[in-house]
Amino acid sequence: MAGLTLENIEKRFGSIVAVSDVNLILPDGQFVCFLGPSGCGKTTLLRLIAGLEKPSRGRILLDQEDITGTPAHKRNFGMVFQSLALFPHLTVGENITYSLRVRKIDKTTRQQRANELLDLVKLSGLSDRHISQLSGGQRQRIAMARALAIEPRLFLLDEPLSALDAKLREDMQLELRMLQQRLSVTTILVTHDQREAMTMSDLVVVMGPDNRIHQMGSPLEIYRSPADTFVADFIGTSNLLDGTCSGSRTVTIGRARLEISDMPEGIIPDTKVTVSVRPEEVHVRPGAEEGDNRLPGRVSFVRDVGSSVEIYLDCNGIQIVSQSTPKGRPAVRQGDQATAELPPTACVVLRS
Amino acid sequence: MIGEKPKGVRAHLTVVYPALMLAIFFIVPFGLMAAVSFFHRQPGGFYVTGFELTNYINLYTALFGRTLLFSLLLAGLSAAVCVSIGFPFTYFITRMKRRAQVVWLVLLMSVLSLSEVIVGFAWSLLLSRTAGLSNLFVWLGLIARPVAWYPGFAALLFGICYLAFPYTVLVLYPPLSRLDPALPEAALTLGASPLRTFFTVVVGSLRNAIVAAFVMVFVFTLGAYLLPQILGRPRHWTLSVLITDAAIYQTNMPLAAAMAIFFMGVSLALVVLTMMIGKGKKVKAI
Amino acid sequence: MNKTLRNMFLGLVVFLLSGPLVVVGGVSLNAKKRLFFPPEGVSLRWYVELLTENSWLIPVKNSLAIAFTSSLLALSIALPLAYFLWRYRVFYARALFALGISPFILPPVITALGFLSFWVTIGLYGQMMATMISHAIFFVTLPLVTISLGFESIDHEIVEAAETMGADSGTVFRTVIFPMVRPYMISGYAFAFVLSLNEYIVAYMVAGFTVETLPIKIFNSLRYGYTPVMASVTVVFVLLAALIFGTIGRFGDLPKLLGALNPEEK
Repeated sequence: MAGLTLENIEKRFGSIVAVSDVNLILPDGQFVCFLGPSGCGKTTLLRLIAGLEKPSRGRILLDQEDITGTPAHKRNFGMVFQSLALFPHLTVGENITYSLRVRKIDKTTRQQRANELLDLVKLSGLSDRHISQLSGGQRQRIAMARALAIEPRLFLLDEPLSALDAKLREDMQLELRMLQQRLSVTTILVTHDQREAMTMSDLVVVMGPDNRIHQMGSPLEIYRSPADTFVADFIGTSNLLDGTCSGSRTVTIGRARLEISDMPEGIIPDTKVTVSVRPEEVHVRPGAEEGDNRLPGRVSFVRDVGSSVEIYLDCNGIQIVSQSTPKGRPAVRQGDQATAELPPTACVVLRS
Repeated sequence: MIGEKPKGVRAHLTVVYPALMLAIFFIVPFGLMAAVSFFHRQPGGFYVTGFELTNYINLYTALFGRTLLFSLLLAGLSAAVCVSIGFPFTYFITRMKRRAQVVWLVLLMSVLSLSEVIVGFAWSLLLSRTAGLSNLFVWLGLIARPVAWYPGFAALLFGICYLAFPYTVLVLYPPLSRLDPALPEAALTLGASPLRTFFTVVVGSLRNAIVAAFVMVFVFTLGAYLLPQILGRPRHWTLSVLITDAAIYQTNMPLAAAMAIFFMGVSLALVVLTMMIGKGKKVKAI
Repeated sequence: MNKTLRNMFLGLVVFLLSGPLVVVGGVSLNAKKRLFFPPEGVSLRWYVELLTENSWLIPVKNSLAIAFTSSLLALSIALPLAYFLWRYRVFYARALFALGISPFILPPVITALGFLSFWVTIGLYGQMMATMISHAIFFVTLPLVTISLGFESIDHEIVEAAETMGADSGTVFRTVIFPMVRPYMISGYAFAFVLSLNEYIVAYMVAGFTVETLPIKIFNSLRYGYTPVMASVTVVFVLLAALIFGTIGRFGDLPKLLGALNPEEK
């Protein structure tokens, strides 16, 4: 089923462009994350979908039906706001069933639904409590229950977990994911935390400081094959090495020659490129070695985080970070000479 | 550090001066007036110390009762009008860009600087038959002949609402500007039309502020002294006028004091009642 | 909300709000003495008369002097009170605050009557000092409320940071708290000043026959011998208020002073 389609969406506030050139087709029933740094336009995009803003250009379609002109209160979407926006003068139950009350559903059905939803978010029995009496995590769940009351077509969340502390945040991420799978509701979550996006989504939409979409794909795709340097840098950590293409399957970085298994089309010799290598793919060996895919240098820093070990190498002015498990830890210390090996399969070539 | 109990003499010293000033120059005058209400009035205008309830008994006149009722009615009506217009007005202002807000606020401050007598004077002109709004309407073709809308109850109500309006806005401004803009947006996404959102969410979540504003205008109106005399007929004169009349022109201080004390008691009771009704729902939930 | 409806509503309110201002302005420029609006002929003679006639200059001077000192006095009472209530926690805090706002909340005639009894008893009835003190107490509420608002906006952590850097409470007050509260002190003073200029009943009851303030003069003028000079005086004061608040609005943060939170860009 087609689901949500965005065609050529652009949004300007005066002379400021918040969202530019967005074309998106979101299949039904998936968990989608809009990911990007502050100011990239992801929240604006969400608000455009919700109907809280009108696009300056372009169309929004739901199941092939044009909803661009439909006002927010007629779109039947459910939204969770960053500040949660729970109504302070209503009880928990009244908050949750607000959307039902507006649609003139009778009291008994409303109460039933309220109890159902409270069971769903594991807060049964709190229907008569006042908002001020709830904890942060409880408010979270009430906000979600409220948005889901009418079984909305789309479930929209604007950085809902940003106010929670780390442990609670991780728990909520899992719960949210399980909730979504249980209800099979198409969900769009806006976040700037790439780990959050990677953990929860089926589909990640990466937006950049230029207010455009840079890449769209599954978390693994995006991680393994970033489309450009911005995505490579934003998702996870990556070594980004500047170099020049020196053959159909080789790139030169400084003095070293790298063999590449997968060279993208259209890159001819002498093109400036950036090679992205994930730290966990870099092998560090003691001693200086020369050769293809090997950069010799000195260990400048070792960081032992407990669950992993990070080794920083200075290879003639180029910094390379390697990450390994404690068991696979190379036998080097700060100041030692060492070599970083970058396997051909791990090198992703991006245009500079 | 902040919010601790004050320790030692030095800490308490800060509050001694204000407390003393207020005690000497407010509590004492007040107590004095309460005492005077029990004194005996001598013919000729002076009064001697004593204790008698004559003055309170003398309150039971038709004039006093009628005036009291009228004053309370006028106050209630003005409060209702001011808040009904002032609330949506302030709401619109707080949703504007900062710079636009400043313009409106400066306008309101300028209106605030008009004294009661000037407001009365200006409205007496605007509502007159020879030089006012009705002349404008005749010129625009809206009505046939110019009409004198003053003096009268409507003119008085108008004048009082005009006078109280800037204060209403100032009292409603802080809570309205702190309203989370996501709140009405959430209501929209839940399916409530903009009108319904305004009443159920904006008005609903600011019930306390509305009650406070209502009480403020109510009390403010009770104190109107000049406007009733400028814009209203003698039957529109409020209790404040009556009390001042008794004190100055009839030189009957004890009676005036008794009226004032009684007046204060009634207004205080009403204020407490209004606040209890306003906060009623919240009290029940706890 | 429908934009056109909103603009119509706001337009109506502006029309009604500025009506009196326009009328007063027109009257003040009227060449003839009669109560006619629209004005017949434009003239500045009433402004000239205001600045030259003693019968007006004296009330103006009186009002200005009273407003100036009483607001200062009110400020001196409100500041330590607001500071004390913010800094410390005492069980009688509510009572103190209620005491501070009572003079203004009660219908003015009651407060005026109380002052009358008091000054008569003390023997200072009819003196300007009596008016000054009465106004000071009457208007204590205004700086009290604005300064409390100001204290409320102080982030406790800023004070604590200063203390950890070695400042004692006197230094903290002088260097951290006072500058942050100062704009609210100024706005509280400005409010009290403006209201004192316009206050009628307390001034009348306490010393009305000997100390003629501007509102008393205007009201008498309205009753016994109307003259457009009262309109010119009003215009001057309204322009003054607009200037003061306009300046605050231009160079300061007027919305914040009136209670709005720190701005996100709107």
